[in-house]
Amino acid sequence: MASIKLEQLTKRFGKVVAVNNLNLEVKDGEFIALLGPSGCGKTTTLLMIAGIYRPTQGKIYFDDVLVNDVAPKDRYVGLVFQSYALYPHMKVYDNIAFPLKLAKVPRKEIDRKVYEVAKLTKIEELLDRMPGQLSGGQQQRVALCRALVKEPEILLLDEPLSNLDARLRIETRAEIKRLQRELGITTILVTHDQVEALTMSERVAVMHAGVLQQYGPPDELYDRPRNLFVASFIGDPPMNLIPVELERTDGRLRLVADSFVLPLAEEWENMLGQIPEASFTLGVRPEDVRISTEEKANALLGEVFLTEPLGGGTLVHFMFGEISFRVLASREIKMDVGDKFWLVPDQSKLHIFTKDGLSVREVGRRDAQ
Amino acid sequence: MFLLPGILLIFLFFLAPVVITAVMGFTNMDYRFQWNFVGFGNFFRMSDDFLVPKILVNTLVYTFGTLAIFNVTFGLILALLTTSISERVGLFFRALWLLPRFTPPVVYAAIWLWILSPTRNGLLNGLRVAMGLNPIAWISEYPWGVIIVTNGIIGASMGMLIFASAIKAIPRDYLWAARVDGASWFQEVRHIVLPLIRWPLMFITAYQTLSLLTSYEYILLITQGGPFHASEVWSLYAYNKAFSAYAGTYEFGYAAALATVLVLIGTVASIAYWKMFRFREMMAPPRIEVS
Ligand SMILES: Nc1ncnc2c1ncn2[C@@H]1O[C@H](COP(=O)(O)OP(=O)(O)O)[C@@H](O)[C@H]1O
Ligand SMILES: [Mg+2]
Repeated sequence: MASIKLEQLTKRFGKVVAVNNLNLEVKDGEFIALLGPSGCGKTTTLLMIAGIYRPTQGKIYFDDVLVNDVAPKDRYVGLVFQSYALYPHMKVYDNIAFPLKLAKVPRKEIDRKVYEVAKLTKIEELLDRMPGQLSGGQQQRVALCRALVKEPEILLLDEPLSNLDARLRIETRAEIKRLQRELGITTILVTHDQVEALTMSERVAVMHAGVLQQYGPPDELYDRPRNLFVASFIGDPPMNLIPVELERTDGRLRLVADSFVLPLAEEWENMLGQIPEASFTLGVRPEDVRISTEEKANALLGEVFLTEPLGGGTLVHFMFGEISFRVLASREIKMDVGDKFWLVPDQSKLHIFTKDGLSVREVGRRDAQ
Repeated sequence: MFLLPGILLIFLFFLAPVVITAVMGFTNMDYRFQWNFVGFGNFFRMSDDFLVPKILVNTLVYTFGTLAIFNVTFGLILALLTTSISERVGLFFRALWLLPRFTPPVVYAAIWLWILSPTRNGLLNGLRVAMGLNPIAWISEYPWGVIIVTNGIIGASMGMLIFASAIKAIPRDYLWAARVDGASWFQEVRHIVLPLIRWPLMFITAYQTLSLLTSYEYILLITQGGPFHASEVWSLYAYNKAFSAYAGTYEFGYAAALATVLVLIGTVASIAYWKMFRFREMMAPPRIEVS
């Protein structure tokens, strides 16, 4: 197994900057995810690690060894393409055996290894078929087998689940996680699906327009998004994001937008006090708001506009003038359109972003450094 | 009913000439254009014609030599090389190789006559002389080589074009996957590219076989089939029998019989190719998602 280190990695295609100054470390045996919307440079990053693309700038290290000039075949990397890229003219067996044949592994050994990985992913009975005769889920397994059969040090998965239907996706998610843990192989999963990233990996790197936004464990991304992009991209249902003005009345700070007026707790005084501007974006996760029938401190009075039952709970939309505010309520509370409730956001879980989209917490931390 | 005009056209332009040729092959028609049927006379004459075995060998060597060395292999090499360098440079080289196709055959032949001239003014002999070697009468010494090279250089461009576009149509993921799997450039070509361009390969092989069997214009212009029939191929022989007056008569009947045999050879070759490639057909139609 190997650790990976990317240093100021940049890839340009003509004028397009696909990956911009990316710094990233993956520990030996770690499972990380590259998460971001389509076109943000995830596949390009993966292909640079695999040695298919040559970086325009920057360095790639495996176990502290510079591999920029190492050919793909000498990188000991297994890669599952988004398209699976199973060779259409070879049987499943030959697809999986291909890397071993090229490495001149003896026939018997090839046989043993192919059956071994086929068993691992439960596709033994498919070995005689052509790829065109397989379903998407089966093709995905075969591609995984082909990547694993040469016992690579690093496993790269490019949107391995995106071609599967919803139920199969959940099963396969767990299975890939299990495989990764059993084999202890350093793994990078590329995905645009935040649930996939958060559930499968130990750390998630969020990318946007070729730039790394934040890299950390799922909890950290969820609890302390560093900027607006991460805040809006992570979380389902998504975070409420409201452009607000900071006002001081009677010595207390309040965030105001239209008829939405949220008094802030003392703890925010320090952080916001340092910032000269008055316009911010407030972020509140729907699950971080308590609903009460009685007036509370630092609460707002809202009227139910719409309810969406989600099975486990209810997503309730409140309107404050033009501003819609979604709250996740437990099913026990009975709510009808037009009912009024006090909404109490958890002050310690508020997210406040500057005009540049940076979290106020980050601004404080950066100034302290 | 709607098909009738089409069928008529097909008959007029494609079938009729073959039928007329075949029928003419059973006459001893000459410059007087009389349909005197002589049964299998022309075919008996062919089996007694002392030149026919020589010409048959010439034809096979020319057709399959040019095919194997140039039209398929060299065309493939050109396609592989020009698709693995940068797009613009590749395009330039392919265009360059295509130039002779736009050149009138007479000019192309004249250039070769200069290159191969037995005098010291020819290009090759000029070089030999400059290196202190004696000039060589290329055409008399190497008649087979000459007709293969001169036809091959121009013939390779068609394979090159078809193969290049087929190679470019291969999804990049397959080639990248092979590279990650540990394939060298040669292994990539052998295990991925060639199997995936099997159909264009078959098409070019079959098409070029037929076109080489029937083409003789460059041979006529460069070697005239000589020396002493050493580079005369079947189609040129038929042409000579029909139109060249060196026998004193225009032997349309005999020429038509020769042409009929050529059509038969071509048909047999096509069927053989079909069987050969069909045999290895194994790509199954894809199935939709079920799981
Ligand atoms: N081979 C290429 N040539 C030109 N542009 C490319 C190429 N590959 C990717 N790009 C561009 O680089 C950006 C990142 O692409 P990609 O890495 O495929 O994104 P993702 O995998 O995150 O969807 C996109 O804008 C894409 O159009
Ligand atoms: Mg991608």
